[in-house]
Amino acid sequence: MLGFIGRRLGTGLLLAFTVVTGMFFFLMLTGSDPARGALGLYATEEQVAVKREQLGLDRPVLTQYLDWLGGVVRGDLGVSSAQNANVIDLITSRLPVTVSLALGAVLVAAVLGVALGLLAATRPGSFDRVLQVVMVLGFSLPNFWVAIILALTFAVQLGWFPATGYVHLGDSPSGWLWSITLPIVALSIGSIAAIAQQLRNSVITVNSQAYVRTLRSRGLSQRRILLVHVLRNAAPPALTMLSLQFIAALSGAAIVERVFGLQGIGAVAINASGNSDIPVIMGVLLFTVLVVVLVNLTVDILYAALNPKVRNA
Amino acid sequence: MSVDTTARPGRTSRRLRAFLRNPMGVVAGVVLLAIVAASILAPLLAPRDPNLVVLSEALRPPSGDHPLGTDGNGRDILSRLLWGGRVSLQAGLIMVTAALLCGIPAGLLAGYRAKWFDGVASWIFNMLMSLPEILIVIVVIASLGSGLVPTMVTLGILASPDIFRLTRSAVIGVREELYFDAARVAGLSDLRIIFRHVLSVVLGPVLVRSSFICGMAIIVQSGLEFLGFGDPQRPSWGGELSNAFQSFQRAPELVIAPGVAIGLTVMALVLFGTALADSLGVSLGRKAKRAARPVRTDDTPVDRVEAGGDATAAAPATDALLRVEDLTVRYVAEDGTAKDVVRGVSLHVARGEVLGLVGESGSGKSQTSFAILGLLPPEAAVSARHLSLDGQSLIGLRESEMRKLRGTRMAYVPQEPMSNLDPSFTVGAQLTKPMRHRLNLSKKAATTRALDLLERVGIPDPARTLAAYPHQLSGGMAQRVLIAGAVSCDPELLIADEPTTALDVTVQAEVLELLRDLQRERTMGLILVTHNLGVVADICDRVAVMRDGLIVEQRPVADLFADPRHEYTRMLLDATLEDAPPRRARGDLQEVGS
Repeated sequence: MLGFIGRRLGTGLLLAFTVVTGMFFFLMLTGSDPARGALGLYATEEQVAVKREQLGLDRPVLTQYLDWLGGVVRGDLGVSSAQNANVIDLITSRLPVTVSLALGAVLVAAVLGVALGLLAATRPGSFDRVLQVVMVLGFSLPNFWVAIILALTFAVQLGWFPATGYVHLGDSPSGWLWSITLPIVALSIGSIAAIAQQLRNSVITVNSQAYVRTLRSRGLSQRRILLVHVLRNAAPPALTMLSLQFIAALSGAAIVERVFGLQGIGAVAINASGNSDIPVIMGVLLFTVLVVVLVNLTVDILYAALNPKVRNA
Repeated sequence: MSVDTTARPGRTSRRLRAFLRNPMGVVAGVVLLAIVAASILAPLLAPRDPNLVVLSEALRPPSGDHPLGTDGNGRDILSRLLWGGRVSLQAGLIMVTAALLCGIPAGLLAGYRAKWFDGVASWIFNMLMSLPEILIVIVVIASLGSGLVPTMVTLGILASPDIFRLTRSAVIGVREELYFDAARVAGLSDLRIIFRHVLSVVLGPVLVRSSFICGMAIIVQSGLEFLGFGDPQRPSWGGELSNAFQSFQRAPELVIAPGVAIGLTVMALVLFGTALADSLGVSLGRKAKRAARPVRTDDTPVDRVEAGGDATAAAPATDALLRVEDLTVRYVAEDGTAKDVVRGVSLHVARGEVLGLVGESGSGKSQTSFAILGLLPPEAAVSARHLSLDGQSLIGLRESEMRKLRGTRMAYVPQEPMSNLDPSFTVGAQLTKPMRHRLNLSKKAATTRALDLLERVGIPDPARTLAAYPHQLSGGMAQRVLIAGAVSCDPELLIADEPTTALDVTVQAEVLELLRDLQRERTMGLILVTHNLGVVADICDRVAVMRDGLIVEQRPVADLFADPRHEYTRMLLDATLEDAPPRRARGDLQEVGS
C-alpha cells in the first residue's frame, strides 16, 4: 500500500512539474511582458527597460526558469512584479477561500449526489425521470448565474446570508460557514447532478451482476446488499467523477468568488493576468496543481481501499 | 442534420427516423435551430443597434420599443442578446473544432500504433484532464490576450481528452475485430482502413460529445466574459450578465434574460446530444437502464405466483420436498408483446433425491430454477398452480418472506464461479456474512464454521483462502467456495445451475463428486441443471428434459437412457454419444454423422 501511495504521489509530482514547466516557457516565450505590465501603458520605453533589468528579465529564459525552480525547492516563489508582495504570502492568504469553496462543494455533491443516485437507481419510474430532468438542468445552468440568483434572492432580498465578504474560520466558525454557504450551493449543483448520474448508472450496472443475485440467494436482505455490496462496487467510477468535479469546482470558484465578492485565488489570478505578473501567475498555478495532485492522491487511496485488485497490484 | 454523416444511406435514414421519434430530441433540435438562426440573422432581427447608448433610456422595463428592456447604458437588451448569441456560437464552434483536431488524430494514432506513442499521449491527455480550465485560460490570457480564438482553442485542448479516449478505444475495438485483418490482407493501405472503419465507428459518439463540448464552451466563455475578459464593445451573453449584475441594486430582473439565453441553449445542446446518443445507440451509461432493471426493495411483493392453467400429466409426489405444477414465466416487452420462456413446467424433488434438469441453452432451465428461488428480475411474471417447499406454499410470498427461505431452506450454486463472487470482499466476508445474519452465529463461530466448510469442499489451505479476494482464486477454487457458501446455512434443497460448465475438464468431475457427496451427507434434494447427459447418467436419480420452456420427458435415469421416448431426448442422447469418444476419433464420427 505504501509503495502504491509512493508511486501515485510520484506521478502526481511529475504532473505538477510538467504543467508548471510547460506554462513557464509558454508565458516567457509568447511575449508576456511583466515589466510593461507592472508599469502600465503610459511608462516610457526607458522606464520599462530599467524595470526589465530590475526583474532580471534580460537574462536567458532557461536561467530564469532554473532560478524560479530553485526558489520552489527552497520554498520561495519570489516577489510579485506588479505589487510589492511576497508571492507565497499572497497565495496562502487567498487559497483557503477558494479551497474551502471547492472542497465544500465537492463534499455537498458527494453526499447529495450519492443519495439521489441511489434513489434514482432503486426507484425506477417517475422519480428517476424527474431526477433526469433536474440533472440536465444542473448541467445546463451556469454556476455563476445560479450564484447571482442565489445572492439576489437569499442575500439581497431576504437578507438571510451575507451578500459579500469572507469570514476566516479562525475568526468565527459560524460566520465562516455563513459566508461560504451560498457560493457552495451555487458551485455544487452541477456536481450533484454529475455524481448522481454516475452513481445511478453504476448502481444499475452492478445490480445486474451475477454476484448480486448469488448474494440474494444466500438470503441476505436487499437493503444490506445494496448498501454494502452494490454501493461498494459502484463507488469507484463515482470517485473518479468526484475528483473531476473537484477540479471543475476549483475552476468555477474563480468565477463564483467574484459574485460574492470573495477575495480568493481567482481574483489573484485575474489581477496577475492583467499585469502579466509572472511570479504570481506561476505561484497560483503551482499551488492549484498541487492541490489537485493532493486531491487526486486522496481519491487514489480511497479507490485502492475499495478495490482489492488495485491495492494488490 | 448532423446524423447524415454516417456511411450508408439505409442506416442513416433509419437512424434519422429513430431520432425523429424522440420528441425531446426534436424539440431540442428545433430550439437549437431557432437560436442559431436568430444569431445569424441578428443584423436583420435586432430592433436596435446593440451598441447604441441612450443614457436617458437607461434601465427601462420591457416595452414595445424594447421587448426585454434596456441596460444601465440605455442599450436595447434584446438586440444585445441576439448579437451576443453569435459570440457564444463562435465560441462553441472554435472549442469543438480545437477539441476534435487535437483529440481525434492523437486518438487514432495512439489506438492504431499503440507502442510508445500511446503511453505518452495517454499520459498527456490524463494530465490535461486534471487542470482547472478557468485558471489555465487566465494564464493564457496573460500572454495571448483575451481574444475568442486563443481562449477557446485553449479550452478545446483542455476538453480534448474525452475525444481522445473515445477515438482511441474505438480504434482498439476495430483493430481487435476480424474484419480489420481481413481488410489488411485484402491489401488496403493503413490509412484507408482507418478512414473506412474507424471513422464510421467513432463518428456517432464524437457528434454526441461535440454537442456537450459546445454547451460547455458557451458556459465557460460566458464565465470569462462575466469576469471581464472580452471586448466590452462586442455584445455577449456573459457580458450582459456582468452588466446586469452591476446594476442589480436598481434592476435585479435584468440578470434573468442572459441567464435564460445561456441555460436554454446549453440545455438544448445537452438534450440534443442525449437524443442523438439514443438514436445512434451510443452509450452514455444510460444504456444501463435497459440492460437491467433496478433492484426491488424489501417490501415489494415479489413474483406474483397465481393459481392458473389446467392440470398436467406429471404425477405429483405427495411427500415431495419441492413440488412445482404448471409453472409459467412470462416477460412482457415494452411494446406490450409477451413471451413465455417457461410454459407450464411441473416437477418434483424428494429429500435425498437428485433431479437432472436437461436441455439446450435457452430451453428455460435456468429460468425455472430462478423462478423457484424467487430470483427473477421484477419484469418477469411468474405463475403456477402449485409451488411448495416442504409443504409450505411459495405462492404469493413477499420478497421479505422468500428471503427467509433462501440460504436456510433452499440454496443456489451458480454456473460461472468468478462472476458470482463479489470482487470487493474477501471469501471470508462473503462466507460468514450469511451465517451471521441467517443463523445468528457470532463472528468467531461463523469463521470456524467457514473454515470447516472450506476444508470439506476440498480447499487445501482454508485459512489462506478465507483471507483471499476472488481474483486470487482459480475457477475451480471459486466454485468450491460457492458450493461451501450454498450449503453453509444447511438448506434442504440445492439448485445447481450448470455448476461445472465453466470449469476445466479435470476439475469438473471432482466438483460433481463433491456435490453428490454433500447431497448424500445432508440428504438434500438436488436439482442439477445441465446440458450434459453424461453428468446426468453419473449422479442423477431422475431426469427432466426441457425444450422451449416445456418438459418433454421426465423419468428415472435408467429408464430414460434405456428407452428415450421423446424424439428430442433421443437427439440429445445421440449428441452426447458423439461427444463421448476421444478427440482423435471425433472428426471421423462427425464426418459420418453430419
